[in-house]
Amino acid sequence: MPQRDLILYEDDQRRLTRCLGGLCEGARSRAAFLIDRNGRLLAQAGAAGNVDTTTLASLTAGSVAATSGLARLLGEQEFSALVHEGDRESLHVSMIAGEAILVVLFDRQTPLGLVRLRVRQASEELCSAFAAVGSAGSNAAGQELSQITDEDIDNLLSV
Amino acid sequence: MSFINYAAREINCKLVYYGPGLCGKTTNLQKIYARTDPGAKGKLISLATESERTLFFDFLPLELGSIRGFKTRFHLYTVPGQVFYDASRKLILKGADGVIFVADSQLERLESNIESLENLETNLRDQGQDLTKLPFVIQYNKRDLPNAVALDDLQAALNPRGVPWFEATAATGAGVFETLKGAAKLILNDLKQKMAG
Repeated sequence: MPQRDLILYEDDQRRLTRCLGGLCEGARSRAAFLIDRNGRLLAQAGAAGNVDTTTLASLTAGSVAATSGLARLLGEQEFSALVHEGDRESLHVSMIAGEAILVVLFDRQTPLGLVRLRVRQASEELCSAFAAVGSAGSNAAGQELSQITDEDIDNLLSV
Repeated sequence: MSFINYAAREINCKLVYYGPGLCGKTTNLQKIYARTDPGAKGKLISLATESERTLFFDFLPLELGSIRGFKTRFHLYTVPGQVFYDASRKLILKGADGVIFVADSQLERLESNIESLENLETNLRDQGQDLTKLPFVIQYNKRDLPNAVALDDLQAALNPRGVPWFEATAATGAGVFETLKGAAKLILNDLKQKMAG
């Protein structure tokens, strides 16, 4: 089935960022990111520093997509988590509600087991926060964007 | 599917370059990257083999400017064109807001173009999408080559529905931005209609 359009309002972002912030703290991790399956960054918390988050999001989504393909090849529904271990920093990647990707960036001081535990504990809240995205009641984005004129589009693309 | 970050006032769209192997999809992205202001683009990522054939995808994030106070961000992806990478093509195609089909104008590539276009239709259908309902444009690339097929013949073979089309020589950059803008226009119009509906 085609995926749904996603509209993230301020309340959604606050809630997601709060969840991610709590996860970062509990997992003693540098940063946490929530990404959609198409590789777009929805929310982040912690200290990403000079990490190129746009590229991180796209490559993570690609990696998850390929891993899901492998899972299906083996008759599995999904591999629940991916860990990329580096000498200095590592990534823990897991799915949220089957539609979003949670990425935790941590260094060698933090044990993987702690990250796994905190991710598991945070997943439920993140699932419900993600499921609520876009259901803020108002359709402010729809109202504003439906006002776009052909002239607006031509002006944007005339540069 | 579009992603609208109302909190950050951003519209994010995914645009996929599709087409047979060696038709010039990666070259399109390279030219866009080379000719865009540093502030409006991110890194060009290419997941390619040692011989520089696309293995998984190329990716270029691009900011086109603001519309009604929303920054418009396009994530440009290419798929691997080689026939045996179909699983990768399906993955990249998921969630696309629009598609540019890059056709190779050379006579000996006509069959590959048709095969790739049919593959695009099949892969979209498999994920519940219909090419006739998706913002879609065709780029006839390599127009500078002596063995390029006449436009009327290409149109008859590849564009019976009469979707917007553009001539290009991606190697020199000719037609590359025109194609991108043509697709972006369709995607934004589509978004506007979805929001109104």
